[in-house]
Amino acid sequence: MVDFNRFTLANGLKVLVHEDPTTPMAVLNILYDVGARDENPDKTGFAHLFEHLMFGGSVNIPSYDEPLQRVGGENNAFTSNDITNYYITLPAENIETAFWLESDRMLSLAFSEKSLDTQRNVVCEEFKQRYLNQPYGDVWLKLRPLAYKKHSYRWATIGKELSHIENATMEDVKAFFKKHYTPQNAILVVGGNVKTEEVKKLAEKWFEPIPAGEKYERNLIQEDPQTGERKETVTANVPLNAIYIAFKMPGRLDPDYYAFDLLSDILSRGQSSRLYNSLLKEQKLFSDINAYISSSLDPGLFIVEGKLVEGVAIEEAEKAIWEELNKLKAELVSENELTKVKNKVESVLVFSEMSLLDKAMNLAYYELLCDATLLNQEAQEFLKVTAADIKRISNETFNRKSSSTLYYLTEEHA
Amino acid sequence: MLNRQQAPDFKQVSTINFIHPQQKNLSNDVPVYIIYSGEQDLVRIEFLFNNVNWNVEKPLQAIAVNAMLNNGTSKFSSKEIAEQIDFYGAFFQTEYAQDQSSVTLYTLNKHLASVLPIVKNVLSDSQFPQHELDIYVQNQKQKLQVNLQKNDILSRKEFAHALFEDTAYGVDIQSRHYDELRREDLVDYFKAAYASNNCTIVVSGKFDENSFELLNNQFGSNWEKSNAVPNEFSFSKAKKQSIYKERPEAIQSAIRIGKIAVNRKHEDFPGFQILNTVLGGYFGSRLMNNIREDKGYTYGIGSGISSLQDAGYLFIATEVGAEVCADAIVEIYKEIDLLKTTLIGDEELTLVKNYMLGSMLGSLENVFSHADKFKNIHFFGLDYSYYDNYIQKVKSITAEEIKELANKYLIIEDFTEVVVGKR
Repeated sequence: MVDFNRFTLANGLKVLVHEDPTTPMAVLNILYDVGARDENPDKTGFAHLFEHLMFGGSVNIPSYDEPLQRVGGENNAFTSNDITNYYITLPAENIETAFWLESDRMLSLAFSEKSLDTQRNVVCEEFKQRYLNQPYGDVWLKLRPLAYKKHSYRWATIGKELSHIENATMEDVKAFFKKHYTPQNAILVVGGNVKTEEVKKLAEKWFEPIPAGEKYERNLIQEDPQTGERKETVTANVPLNAIYIAFKMPGRLDPDYYAFDLLSDILSRGQSSRLYNSLLKEQKLFSDINAYISSSLDPGLFIVEGKLVEGVAIEEAEKAIWEELNKLKAELVSENELTKVKNKVESVLVFSEMSLLDKAMNLAYYELLCDATLLNQEAQEFLKVTAADIKRISNETFNRKSSSTLYYLTEEHA
Repeated sequence: MLNRQQAPDFKQVSTINFIHPQQKNLSNDVPVYIIYSGEQDLVRIEFLFNNVNWNVEKPLQAIAVNAMLNNGTSKFSSKEIAEQIDFYGAFFQTEYAQDQSSVTLYTLNKHLASVLPIVKNVLSDSQFPQHELDIYVQNQKQKLQVNLQKNDILSRKEFAHALFEDTAYGVDIQSRHYDELRREDLVDYFKAAYASNNCTIVVSGKFDENSFELLNNQFGSNWEKSNAVPNEFSFSKAKKQSIYKERPEAIQSAIRIGKIAVNRKHEDFPGFQILNTVLGGYFGSRLMNNIREDKGYTYGIGSGISSLQDAGYLFIATEVGAEVCADAIVEIYKEIDLLKTTLIGDEELTLVKNYMLGSMLGSLENVFSHADKFKNIHFFGLDYSYYDNYIQKVKSITAEEIKELANKYLIIEDFTEVVVGKR
């Protein structure tokens, strides 16, 4: 159970407070409701590049990191296709420093040319390090545009290509800031050894004077229902053949989301899971096999991916995956198996409360979804899922016509 | 009127409280250290074993045994073990590190009595079935093939081998080592290492008298001893080495530079940690500021020091654009030289001190982190005065001391330099 209090400032900024007196630390987490899905198709990777620029100094404070380190704090951030999330952890008695720093960059950035130049380079190196200079690193750069044709999920957070980042201008940066980095588009969570009254005073002092800005009205082009099987083959200098199959599934707020989460657990969570036992241990077709969901806000993907044992034909491996998926369509999972994945989820939820930062991030994310109280109802939602639900969604999902399959082959197979 | 240019007042962290463990012994004298916290209904139980009987001809024994522990006993198949653990929502993790191998159980309290017998069965009766070994060998060889295409991993392997040669700290694992694994060797190693007299148990979370009895009932008897010899290594003095592994298609190069230095048992260690922090140990470090934030050569660069039982070492690691690799190396050495020749300024030194104290406070996030802090000292024969000294050292160290430490430990003529990619 993650308790919290909640209020909204006059400029529309939502604030949540989680009091945890067992720690001497505090967390200030701020979620901006903007991600790679909000980018222009000709300027992809921008939300993430922008995240880097948020550390390049703000209107009144030339350096973001230094003053925070000086009070014993640390910070980081991440960008996804849906959100951009920034967080600070620091000794609770120095919490005001976090308010000071975070509010000034919501007010306005320094927009320094030097910072833009440097971060363009840094992000290009990140692109190379994580996506281009790694075996299989570019899979998502191939798989997204195969699975999505219209929706902006068709590009990865890092962007479609290096040139989009290289060509980013200061004008773009300023426009993006004005459009998305307003109090109305943000959710602030403060957690740890703090009191709600104190947080309220500090929030009113530092954040309330920031102009509300304009509310960003999201109007994304949604994906048409997929009506035909998609297949693509790429070859690269990799040692093993691999296969990736992406199915369409509903977005994060769909009532079936929890059933999908459990379905992926049945297939591949841990060494008792179906894919691991059948395809890796018994049939020895894969050296590595996984199923997982993308958990995106708009309709997402259910992925099955694996690396093949040398000498196994990719068609044979693919067929074996389908046999496992077809079993889920034909037969109800046993109560025992369903209880097992539910018990595992229950544990994961309890263990996740061990981390103050995770609790603060989760509160912000669930508040964005619709209401942070959802976080505390999750366990119940998982318990409601039935074997019939699993069979039904398997039938709705695991169909050739709504699948996108990527063969990622070694050059010898070209 | 709000003055946004004025930073709010702040305080340096003054007190940091460590939860000390309570020690109890099982009936067979296996020591159990308990860090108690009753906030959540869960517990983590770690079983730690020294790595033993090092044999360079069979470098994978300890690693394979650790990874395959849950792959079958005379009572249960690997699938049955996994199903029971998973059914109770528990997590069973194995981890091999250079000095110790461990098995960790995470469980909700309500399932403790159900899962402990499974763990006992695994720790006292693992069989390493041949068909499981075959799968393990095949899949590990495939993973190795993928890893050998990663410049970062190659640079780590080269670096470790250059420093620590054919010891458990440095041996260069190759595909043939997997082929050479024999079931009988694993069974022997298992008996030698996973013995009651080679085990220390560290518990953190909600763990009361009753839980201790459950643990004692399972592990306090019917668990054999062994006469295995814990590994011990000694190393020659650091020497200059330069290793270049060309990868013609690389668009980035992995750089790893460092040397053997002191470990936690040495009195200089806390000061050395401060020096490391200034150099590359945090986001605002000299290396990050210069090579990422000023030059934009990399997504990240850092330095670290690692404390092993028989050695400590310093390393600087990064992946940089292939075209700026040579320049990045020049800048790395420039930063090292600067630490040896110029006193660190007051402002930076205060910042680093405050940052390190805040970071220490923040690293004690929950009961598990308190247990980790205990392990860091216990297995090095230290007690909690180590942390008192550490905190005192961070608060009191002077610019002169840091410069002295830099001249003592950052001797470029002793550095091993590894580049994988292009330069």
